[in-house]
Amino acid sequence: MPLLVLILSSIIKIVIIVHLLLIGVMAMIWSERRVSGWMQDRLGPNRVGPQGLLQPIADGLKFMFKEDLIPDHVDKPLYVLAPAMLLVPALVTVAVVPFGNAITLFGYEIPLQIADVNIGILYVLAITSLGVYGVVLGAWASNNKYSLLGGLRSSAQMISYELTLGLAIIGVLMLTSSLSLRTIAVEQGAYPWQWNFLIHFPAFLAFTTAMYAETNRLPFDLAEAEQELVAGYHTEYSSMKFAMFFMAEYMNMIVGSAVTVTLFLGGWHFFGLENVGGPVWSGLISFGIFFVKTAIFLFVFIWVRWTLPRFRYDQLMNFGWKFLLPVALTSIVVTGILWIATGSRLIVGIGNVIAAFIVVSIVAGLLVMNKTPEPAIQDSNRQITPSALDAIE
Amino acid sequence: MNPEQILFIFFGAISLIGAIAVISFRHPIYSALSLIVTFFAQAGLFVLLGAHFVAAVQVIVYAGAIMVLFLFVIMLLNLGTLSAQGAIGGKLKGFAIILGILLAAEGIYIAMNALNDTAVASAEAAAESVTTTTYDIGELLFTKYLLPFEVTSLILLAALIGVIVLVKREGQEEN
Amino acid sequence: MPLEYYLVLSALLFTIGVIGVLIRRNAIIIFMCIELMLNAANLAFVAISRSLGEATGQVFVFFVMTVAAAEVAIGLAIIVSVFKHRQTINVDEVNSLKG
Repeated sequence: MPLLVLILSSIIKIVIIVHLLLIGVMAMIWSERRVSGWMQDRLGPNRVGPQGLLQPIADGLKFMFKEDLIPDHVDKPLYVLAPAMLLVPALVTVAVVPFGNAITLFGYEIPLQIADVNIGILYVLAITSLGVYGVVLGAWASNNKYSLLGGLRSSAQMISYELTLGLAIIGVLMLTSSLSLRTIAVEQGAYPWQWNFLIHFPAFLAFTTAMYAETNRLPFDLAEAEQELVAGYHTEYSSMKFAMFFMAEYMNMIVGSAVTVTLFLGGWHFFGLENVGGPVWSGLISFGIFFVKTAIFLFVFIWVRWTLPRFRYDQLMNFGWKFLLPVALTSIVVTGILWIATGSRLIVGIGNVIAAFIVVSIVAGLLVMNKTPEPAIQDSNRQITPSALDAIE
Repeated sequence: MNPEQILFIFFGAISLIGAIAVISFRHPIYSALSLIVTFFAQAGLFVLLGAHFVAAVQVIVYAGAIMVLFLFVIMLLNLGTLSAQGAIGGKLKGFAIILGILLAAEGIYIAMNALNDTAVASAEAAAESVTTTTYDIGELLFTKYLLPFEVTSLILLAALIGVIVLVKREGQEEN
Repeated sequence: MPLEYYLVLSALLFTIGVIGVLIRRNAIIIFMCIELMLNAANLAFVAISRSLGEATGQVFVFFVMTVAAAEVAIGLAIIVSVFKHRQTINVDEVNSLKG
């Protein structure tokens, strides 16, 4: 492929994907409010445009025309920088996500991916680990106690759950023996029982949970818990700067879902449907499949939000370190041993589930046994509550 | 100038500016941010050198974990409100900078003469623009350097235990 | 790009780190300067690894990073506990062994 075609196609892909992301954010805001309304047996926004579809645009216009307020007591450079530091990582992660098979135009085969980096998944981990700076710096620069508490909580939470996020994918990487997201997607076959989420089911659950924590969504939204911290790290932000925090959260959700679909849910594969049609149509269909899968996963995000209550801080840490992390670690060991011993994906899948069940039972048993019946000093850090145990089920 | 030279100058300049900013800012948070910028520029240099894996690990470990810990501690101790945390006085500072310049001169002298070493020089011609893959590093790590690799896990374990002992609150010992 | 340029850059970064350790009195910034020096060494490792055409240098970078991570965890824990006892992290004021 000539250099000119490469550059042109890359630019077109970048423009399309960035706009898709921005439109996706608006669609997510609308659907979040509508779905929330549906789940709580109310209507949600339905006045602006048909079914309230233009509500996000109205919101966006309102954000833009509001006064861009910078409070006096803030640290100005960091206060202005923080929203951008959250938004940029959310935007650039999508560069390595393959959102479809190749499409053939004018005799050139163009892969539907901005850049197929050979360390793709490491790139995703590296960039997502930067998102925490936006939260922490915004919180610190606001010079507000509620913000600072939100920032401290968020940094501890993100560091803790990042470990699980990284460890949970090792099993997938071992069986694929590649770090490239495109290779990982291609290696998973056309049928759902060939996809990674069945082979690495505990790791899939751990990864998804850790991703919810990384995006600061309920039940992990301690950084912005309304009932405790006003609005957490973005209490002092208004107008477009607040909108940037808001957009970054939704963008993180979309990109996180896309990465999960690529890693665990077979990417653009669906019963061979992606190969139907000519060179152009199959590319578009594969993109459509990927899009639908991501959308379903995003719906689960909203669903979870209205299903689970927020964790208490010690529950959050207990859950991350004592349940998710051991599960992710066990999945690495079990996958490695069973893969070398048998070489069968079926056995690896079954072994993973059994091992995860055993580990969770052991940890839960230890926690119950070590629980002092009546602690002499009320020390909330060391108490295990029933809801922490419920959360593992 | 070819693209590699332009990128080298770009990343090199950023890392130097960032490094100088680390030691010049008065507030630790700004120093930490400058250090993150430096680490990023270095990751860029690693990519230029064909070490993609190391570049990614650099961002994950340094920018993603170590610097977040620094920021966490700075915020926890709220160091901005402390006085008397700046640099040392004028005379000593001048002395330190003179020492630094001497050290830099020495380092540059060694660097410029590194190619006189025949082993490096002969390999230099053979291996221009080789990209090391994750596979290569993994292979070395689990064969030739297996023992050191296992020892690093001991270091991490020791650090883990050390930190827990250090920050353990008094009065919890009997539990 | 010749090897010397990378080595010179590495030497300069290392020197800046040394100067930082010498002139700053804030323990956290001194720690950051140590990280800077370790990174300068990493840069030299990777550059030489490239010019030798093998991955050994990068393996050593991996080890350096592990040690750096352990060192930061311990160091910051020490700083936090010193701060709890003395309410300062100025290294000139923390000069007695007895807490």
